[in-house]
Amino acid sequence: MTQAFDAASQQALLESRVQAALEQAQRLGADACEVGASVDQGIEVSVRLGEVESVELSRDQGIAVTVYVGQRKGSASSSDAGEASVRSAVEQAMSIARYTGEDPAAGLAPPELMAREIPDLDVHHPWRLSTDEAIELALDCENAGRRVSGISNSDGANLSSGEGVRVYGNSHGFLGSQCGSRHSLSCMLIAEDASGMQRDYDYTSERDPRRLARAEDIGVLAAERALRRLGARRPITGRFPVMFDPALASGLVGHLMSAIAGGALYRQASFLCDRLGEPLFPEWFSLGEKPRERGAMASAPFDNDGVYTRDNVFIDQGRLASYMLSAYSARRLGMETTGNAGGARNIRLQAPLTPRQELLAKMPRGVLVTELMGQGVNGVTGDYSRGAAGFWVENGEILYPVEEFTIAGSLQAMFAGLVGVGDDIDTRGSIHSGSWLIDEMTVAGS
Amino acid sequence: MNQQTAEIAVHDALDHAVATLLTPGGLNLSSLDDGLGHVLGPGVDFADLYFQRSWHESWMLEDGEVKDASYNIDGGVGVRAMAGEKTGFAYSNQITAEALADTGRTASGIARRGERLKVAPFVDARAQERYTGRDPLSGLSAEDKIAMLKEADRVARAMDPAVSQVSASLTGVYEVILVRASDGTLAADIRPLVRFNVSVIAVRDGRRERGSAGGGGRYAMSRLRDERAAERFAKEAVRQALVNLDAVDAPAGQMPVVLGAGWPGILLHEAVGHGLEGDFNRKGSSAFAGCMGQRVAAPGVTVVDDATLVDRRGSMTIDDEGTSGAYTPLIEDGVLTGYMQDKLNARLMGMAPTGNARRESYAHMPMPRMTNTYMLAGQDDPADIIRSVKRGLYAVSFGGGQVDITSGKFVFSASEAYLIEDGRITAPVKGATLIGSGPEAMGRVSMIGHDLELDTGVGVCGKEGQGVPVGVGQPTLKLDELTVGGTQS
Repeated sequence: MTQAFDAASQQALLESRVQAALEQAQRLGADACEVGASVDQGIEVSVRLGEVESVELSRDQGIAVTVYVGQRKGSASSSDAGEASVRSAVEQAMSIARYTGEDPAAGLAPPELMAREIPDLDVHHPWRLSTDEAIELALDCENAGRRVSGISNSDGANLSSGEGVRVYGNSHGFLGSQCGSRHSLSCMLIAEDASGMQRDYDYTSERDPRRLARAEDIGVLAAERALRRLGARRPITGRFPVMFDPALASGLVGHLMSAIAGGALYRQASFLCDRLGEPLFPEWFSLGEKPRERGAMASAPFDNDGVYTRDNVFIDQGRLASYMLSAYSARRLGMETTGNAGGARNIRLQAPLTPRQELLAKMPRGVLVTELMGQGVNGVTGDYSRGAAGFWVENGEILYPVEEFTIAGSLQAMFAGLVGVGDDIDTRGSIHSGSWLIDEMTVAGS
Repeated sequence: MNQQTAEIAVHDALDHAVATLLTPGGLNLSSLDDGLGHVLGPGVDFADLYFQRSWHESWMLEDGEVKDASYNIDGGVGVRAMAGEKTGFAYSNQITAEALADTGRTASGIARRGERLKVAPFVDARAQERYTGRDPLSGLSAEDKIAMLKEADRVARAMDPAVSQVSASLTGVYEVILVRASDGTLAADIRPLVRFNVSVIAVRDGRRERGSAGGGGRYAMSRLRDERAAERFAKEAVRQALVNLDAVDAPAGQMPVVLGAGWPGILLHEAVGHGLEGDFNRKGSSAFAGCMGQRVAAPGVTVVDDATLVDRRGSMTIDDEGTSGAYTPLIEDGVLTGYMQDKLNARLMGMAPTGNARRESYAHMPMPRMTNTYMLAGQDDPADIIRSVKRGLYAVSFGGGQVDITSGKFVFSASEAYLIEDGRITAPVKGATLIGSGPEAMGRVSMIGHDLELDTGVGVCGKEGQGVPVGVGQPTLKLDELTVGGTQS
């Protein structure tokens, strides 16, 4: 990389800016305040058809200030964490707090919940990679994919590598920081035959570059994924079992998490309002988060309120065991924060895992969905209707690719109708899940 | 606005941009030539500098109180170097000579051999200004803004006892940009963008539904007040929530679909718009690649991308490469006649730029994007269109859409729809996703209403992780067959 990134000195600099902003806000009359700041730097290279397409060097910083005057709140942010910008952000936040209305729930999290120790969670692994080395890796990836017979064109391969620091402090005297890194390699290829063109992709993403999948393997997998979609037909319309590929099953977990997030609940904008303690999933299914898992994608010792993170169980033997709350949403609901300001971190399932092939075999006739399109998920009602592509399956055998159809139902029915979870766990994101088999959904095709 | 005043406005914009973007960091117009000199290393055949500063303000109401408001300042310079199909890109949030030298040298690393180009002296750009507002954040006091939000709350709650939650937001962005490129481009723009939104939850007999409405454009916030945006959008959000409380399960399968005028134009954005962006066609990855001059839609279908509409959310006086915003026919009477281009893809395809280069910010690379995309009006009476359907779906509002430009498959999700039975609109149905194939669906357009409408100004288009504001529009349309993704098979 042509720009050096000294995480320790960046951290010290940001900490001093956050400290200064907190002091200034209090001097200007804030009763409480909180400040978050971050700086990220990275490189991204794209290659296509064996040539470099773009090289992009990024360096982003930002600071966000929130002040409380009595129960009134004001916020301001800037993409520059320089001294002058920070000072003006504090002034802006104070001036906004003159106009906002009183909010009894406004304020910082309780002081006794601030994280006391900030353990190293093994999430910072800088990659001293030159631009040429980055290009080389992306080329290896794309070339391996393009060598697969039937690949006619490419959308390219992309390597990105970045690291950064985030700092959060508030007027309880809490000041925490965390350095982190993320490195990814992806490839998208186009296959073509008489039936038309199809594209698909594969990727690998890790905190530690040593754990990335081999570049060549990503290219070949992308090629295979595009090729297997050629000659897709439209499935018939009817009610069938539906199996979701692991990455898409993680999406279903995401819908669950959105519905148990405090913000959706206090706004009454969730189909899971007032469902605490009730069964949502089969009894064999539990789900929770491990925010302090070492080296994991979303690990963090404190949440966006400064509250210490802890393992939470959200679904316990099928029942909704806990909501996912920040200090603010907890107050709105008359509950306690669960340390989830900023969301859930490292969702893990606890369920008996079924070998993928066995799970497929549980479908006499059904659809294996490998891609979803559109935004047809209604978090208020749980209604679900999305565009899909995948494969038609009979008695566990994949017969042919299918496309241009929708799958529809409700999240309530899909959760309750979970038949099994596959052993094909996708560990690339913050949610780790295998495939999900749902007993029945409406498939609309021809 | 007549031509003479427009020219004055352009010079005004440039002076203002220089004062806002360059002067604070000790730069002037001639220092930009030095800046470009750093980017134009050996082998670089084009370079540009994009300066931007934006002020973003947002006010949010919940539970009848404005509890949350925020102010954000963003700004910096993005520097691009091109050599053939290669692009080097770097950016900085500092606008100083030092930052220009740093980012310039970094971006120019994309090429290492070849000629060193000279910077072309800038030519005076005159573009017709497409929006009248200037600083959208001034003109309304904080008290005025709070009063508007509270009015939305009051109107919504007074409409029906089923309304249990009301949230409303008012946002405004004031953005100043300046572009200087090695081809002699020097252009500046001041872009206001405001929006008012209302979202309600209605609860009846244990059933809960949401309704939301909003709009805005490139003008001052005071116009939202003058046009009673709070009251209009509050009423519309409640109406939609109440309709949905009565909605029955949507049908599943293929059937005729009638799309209402206005926002359902998201069909065009997904089914044809993205597929006609220059980059995908240059790379041959679009289902429309190589179809120029061929029939890609039913006769009577004319689709345009139009940055020149006054005050619209997707409008641009100049694009993010300094090219004037334009009216670009894409499909004329069913035949593909145009792509949307930025400078890079236009050059590589031997075409002219169409003023469609857009970027989310200085920290993102520009690419060909839509502005306001719509279908021109036809001859049919919307009532006749409904009457022509024995059994089908009438969809009037949508949540969003997506397209796979390679296979041409697109989806868009209805948030307000009704059954059509024997030529009459009957029961409201739950939201459902509609899916089709771009060229196929456009071939099945059989009736086109005379009621062209544009959306109210809410669209955000995402491409390669970059979001930009866009507009869509269309008259009432009938597609003879589309797949409706309901639950009732």
